[in-house]
Amino acid sequence: MDAFVLQILNGLDKGGAYALIALGLTLIFGTLGVVNFAHGALFMLGAFCAVSLQKLLTLSQQIKDESVTFFDAYKEVPYLEIWFGDTGSMIIDYAVPLSILLAIPVMLLIGLVMERGLIQYFYKRTHAEQILVTFGLAIVLQEIVKSVFGANPVPTPAPEIVAGSADIGAMFGLGAGVVYPWWRLIYLVFSLIVIAIVFAFLQFTTFGMVVRAGMADRETVGLLGINIQRRFTIVFGIAAIVAGLAGVMYTPILPPDYHIGMEFLVLSFVVVVVGGMGSLPGAVTAGFLLGILQSFASMTEVKDLIPGIDQIIIYLVAVVILLVRPRGLLGRKGVMEG
Amino acid sequence: MRDATPRSDLFFFLLFAVAVLTMPLWTAPFGASYPDLLQKFAIFGIFAIGFNILFGLTGYLSFGHAAFLGVGSYTAVWSFKLLSMSPIPAVLFGMLLAGLFAAAIGYVSLRRTGIYFAILTLAFAQMSYNLAYSVLTPITNGETGLQLTAEDPRALDALLGVDHGAGLPTPNLFGIEMIGFPAFYFCAVALIIAFYLAMRIARSPFGTMLRAIHSNQNRLSYTGVNTRPYALTAFVISGMYAGLAGSLLAVTDPLAGAERMQWTASGEVVLMTILGGAGTLLGPVLGAVVIKYFENIFSAFNNATLHATFDFLPGWLADPFVGLLSLFVGDGWHLTLGLLFMIVVIFLPGGMMEGINRTAKAVRRRREARHGASGDQDSKDGSGLSARAYHPGE
Repeated sequence: MDAFVLQILNGLDKGGAYALIALGLTLIFGTLGVVNFAHGALFMLGAFCAVSLQKLLTLSQQIKDESVTFFDAYKEVPYLEIWFGDTGSMIIDYAVPLSILLAIPVMLLIGLVMERGLIQYFYKRTHAEQILVTFGLAIVLQEIVKSVFGANPVPTPAPEIVAGSADIGAMFGLGAGVVYPWWRLIYLVFSLIVIAIVFAFLQFTTFGMVVRAGMADRETVGLLGINIQRRFTIVFGIAAIVAGLAGVMYTPILPPDYHIGMEFLVLSFVVVVVGGMGSLPGAVTAGFLLGILQSFASMTEVKDLIPGIDQIIIYLVAVVILLVRPRGLLGRKGVMEG
Repeated sequence: MRDATPRSDLFFFLLFAVAVLTMPLWTAPFGASYPDLLQKFAIFGIFAIGFNILFGLTGYLSFGHAAFLGVGSYTAVWSFKLLSMSPIPAVLFGMLLAGLFAAAIGYVSLRRTGIYFAILTLAFAQMSYNLAYSVLTPITNGETGLQLTAEDPRALDALLGVDHGAGLPTPNLFGIEMIGFPAFYFCAVALIIAFYLAMRIARSPFGTMLRAIHSNQNRLSYTGVNTRPYALTAFVISGMYAGLAGSLLAVTDPLAGAERMQWTASGEVVLMTILGGAGTLLGPVLGAVVIKYFENIFSAFNNATLHATFDFLPGWLADPFVGLLSLFVGDGWHLTLGLLFMIVVIFLPGGMMEGINRTAKAVRRRREARHGASGDQDSKDGSGLSARAYHPGE
């Protein structure tokens, strides 16, 4: 039972990342009709927002280490610590959560530039061409990041206070010793909050209503004299923010390198397809569902039963779904059923 | 298709064959005339031709073709290990197994079209890649890659009493070692045969059917044609081409690794085809040659060579200039590749062949204008529609 709960939890944090990326993907597809293969790169850029902020905060000065007396030793001390003392080191400690503040405007800007600069010319082209051009863009973004930050994963630790594990066994009255890293719990909660914000935004604001109307029937909304194009561009920006935030918060779980996005992209696409192209609740549900499935498949008991299942489970599910129910779990009838 | 007659085809084919066989001569001025690179030209040319039979003719975008390349490679190395060092069984088995593999994947994937098809093929390729790294390690030797060893049985060779001596044997065709130029000529002959077959396919009623699938599959279904067998055949053929390319890779270098199956490798062949011109005969080969050539040239550059090249600039100008350029060469070659990819898709969806055709058309029109208004009707028809159609040229 404990192992069961633990596996579900294990799946949920990864599922949260899948859900966030898939949410953006399907939002873009539903509004602009564009298949964005560069969405994984946006996730990666978000992660590197956190890396750059961390690098920026830990800019250091070499100071002579007084504790070493035999020879001249120098240690790196960040400027922030020199200027603000303990407050400074606390700021450094909280680099990852703080980068959310940096990531929101940066990702919005990147999203808007991408949409206006490239995507808008591809509304009317075929899906194949959209895939190809965004694939090219993803490579370009990756390589730029690689040339700036190098090819190795950059460790970006979580704040020390949440570095340990939560004793969820004690919290929920399960067996003792069921522990789970704090940060993964935070990630799960964070992704749920972001998803809730996006849904609330679309559901309860006028802007969101127009966007939903545009997704249903773009032409009619346009005929009502509403500039639907501008709103869709903003939606693209929002999708970029969501992917970026997913990336920022994922850095303590997995030190980011330049091709982290590609791995998530392929899986997120599968998630979108399983959930139903263009369906927002579908993307979220499928994201968490596949995350959990994957974590169950990586249990030793399951792996002993069917070797290699953990490597292919998600793709297997996608294949079955596409063949049996091509519109996906929650997809609307008739949308992209080809 | 307008001017393709059997005679012009034959002429075109002979020209192609001569160009391929004399490659070591005419690539010399470009600094590309060494066997390793020429082999890559031929091998990836085959890969792209095969991909084009699927993508160029039927319009089905597969993002998983590298899987077939990988299967071909693994099969060929296993054939070297178990049967014989002769490349012929290696190539035959590689094509056969890749074809079977393609039949299975194609049978499932072709139930869907468009982006779903792309994702299905991608999913299958990723599955193969992941499995090759994990569970299938006994077959694929995981991260190390599958290699020859001196203790391999090589049943057929043992039966025929071929002795490879001590040390690792190299693949050899009736005693000719498959390294350097002999290996290139082996690949070149394969390329010429592959090209000929692709040409025959494109010109056949079967090829017409494939193009019909591309232009309007629904209408074809309404007229009572079951398109799936045609598409599946095209898929299997193109999978076998990929298998051939993969086994040739193993022939020239008897080593197979899973990274050949990664989806970025699938992306590369898509790029080759698009860059050259999807749907044309020559385009994919051109695309493969251009990409492999620039990959080779660009990744060979490093900061030192760049500094040497721009030595003539004054120091304050040379450093930032070299710094900027070094982003695009050496390790940064993929950046150039990505940019190229985008530029081609954005500005020249028909690829290089469209560029060539447009130029040719412009030249012809200018000449006609000079000769008077006689060719007026012709040029009008050529300007708008056919330039935007997806099958430029041949």
